[in-house]
Amino acid sequence: MSEKIKAPKEPLFSKKNKRLVTEPLDDNNPVTLQVLGICSALAITVSIEQALIMTGAVFFVLGLGNVIISLLRNAIPSRIRIIVQLVVVAALVIIVNEVLKAYMPGPAEKLSVFVGLIITNCIIMGRFEAFAMANKPWPSFLDAVGNTLGYGMVLVIVSVIREIFGSGKFFGFPILGNNIVDPEANLELTGLYSIGYMNNNFIILAPFALFAVALVIWVQRARNKSLIEEH
Amino acid sequence: MKSLEKFMRKLEPTHESKWAKFHPVWDSLYTFAFTPGETTKKGSHIRDGIDLKRTMFMVIVALIPCLLFGIYNTGHWHYFAEGTAGGFMDHFGDKLIYGLLKVLPIVIVSYGVGLGVEFIFCIRNKHAIQEGFLVTGMLIPLIVPADIPLWMVAVATVFAVVLGKEVFGGTGMNIVNIALTARAFLFFGYPTMMSGDKVWMSGIGDMAKENIPEGVTGATQLGELASFTGAPEDFAHASISAFESAWPIWESFMGIIPGSIGETSVLAILIGAGLLLYTGIGSWKIMVSFVLGGLAVGALAQATAVNPYMELSALNHMVIGGFAFGAVFMITDPVSAAQTSTGKYIYGFLGGALSITIRVFNGAYPEGVMMAILFMNVMAPMIDHYVIQSNIKRRLKRLKTA
Repeated sequence: MSEKIKAPKEPLFSKKNKRLVTEPLDDNNPVTLQVLGICSALAITVSIEQALIMTGAVFFVLGLGNVIISLLRNAIPSRIRIIVQLVVVAALVIIVNEVLKAYMPGPAEKLSVFVGLIITNCIIMGRFEAFAMANKPWPSFLDAVGNTLGYGMVLVIVSVIREIFGSGKFFGFPILGNNIVDPEANLELTGLYSIGYMNNNFIILAPFALFAVALVIWVQRARNKSLIEEH
Repeated sequence: MKSLEKFMRKLEPTHESKWAKFHPVWDSLYTFAFTPGETTKKGSHIRDGIDLKRTMFMVIVALIPCLLFGIYNTGHWHYFAEGTAGGFMDHFGDKLIYGLLKVLPIVIVSYGVGLGVEFIFCIRNKHAIQEGFLVTGMLIPLIVPADIPLWMVAVATVFAVVLGKEVFGGTGMNIVNIALTARAFLFFGYPTMMSGDKVWMSGIGDMAKENIPEGVTGATQLGELASFTGAPEDFAHASISAFESAWPIWESFMGIIPGSIGETSVLAILIGAGLLLYTGIGSWKIMVSFVLGGLAVGALAQATAVNPYMELSALNHMVIGGFAFGAVFMITDPVSAAQTSTGKYIYGFLGGALSITIRVFNGAYPEGVMMAILFMNVMAPMIDHYVIQSNIKRRLKRLKTA
């Protein structure tokens, strides 16, 4: 019997494939459960805009990278696989960086080195190693979608907390009133600031992101008891 | 007393009543007035006459001299900034009333908010309410400037109690000192309300510049000293000897200096220290080694002085800023301190040494006691670990040679 046994063809959005997208959102979140990608969660969550751009950049790198690695997976000698993966990440990150600099110079300036540092984002190498090296392109792509969404979700939650309480803004719009006094430009305190409220500088500092991520983990585990480890 | 007990017994929520959830609240109030009638059911436990409630109460008694002095001192420096203070004991009534009006609201907010958070968590987790917050609630007002807005006190208290204590399991489980956590939150969150020269004399922030008498800078001694680490033209005094004659060490010891509410008077702190040591609640090992650590670095800095700040005498370091308060009430917190006997010496010494190091060598932070103690809180388990390991090694060696 030399006839090849053909696996039954899987539908594009089978139950298994759907789980690839939904699982990283909660049960296997890359930031709050695997504690990957923490460095960027600390660095770029002072504003929602930055968090969204970062998520987009990571989606581009992880989505394309996962597909490329998955296509190449049978051709990569296992002894040099890390180098090959690095080359793929590096190439994609350079593309993202150049595109951001060309079309969004303002936000790119604020993100500064952190776009380049996507290359060290543990989620990306982690997914290459753990998933793309052993799966077909389509599931690999879905895996990238799920992980980016899980990562982006935490980033956005943290950045909403930090932007509102740290700089009194939501998406760059001052929702708590004006907090700059400038007699020449006819600016005075309005909204909450006129009754003595002040922005909290500590929330702008990177260490607060650790507290914010910890709060997210706390809420998540209180809601989803299956995540609590036994000791 | 009998009728009070009857009344409270009548109020006790039983398992069946709809108030059963609130039994911890009732229990905490009942045991405040009466010794609980229940005895331990299983096993044998050695019991001391002094339990947590009594311990905490003793610390509060020890803090009262600081509080009273702080209230009066707040009033004194308010009138000083206005230029009408006169001698320290002049206008006694005015100063006392001004201080009371400033300080009491802070104490009330600190207790109200902190106990509220504690009650919510205890009812949710079905714990008996412990008295951990009684001391913290008194410490927080004593380590903030009198002009701090009350809502900031409330926010910092919630932050410190929830993230410093409740997430780790409540009273007795905190890894860092809660009162200092609240202060660190305020210090980094609202630096304009916690440092600089606008907050240390109550009311000076709202005064027009031309109304402030000449020679009143509004800065604390530490603030003025920190200028010595900058460029020479920014120096607050011509030299350290000019600083020392402007602020006699005796007045610093008595506490007639601007600063956070309760930490200025070393005399009041020493009265509290005496009570803590007499009752055995505070660890003398930590207190003594903390002071020795500070003296050692102070003396070292003085011996190798390369800028005017380093010339300040080590003894003077002990009586300015929050060093004495930290040594007696903060670093001795039995939960977050090192537990082993040798560990306590190391812990205290490094804490004191680090405090003065941050003060002298880092111009950005005029006071280092808060950060030094928080840092040592985190290091305490490691110190204990190595002390225990070395003890095991030593005894193993003895076993082998014998």
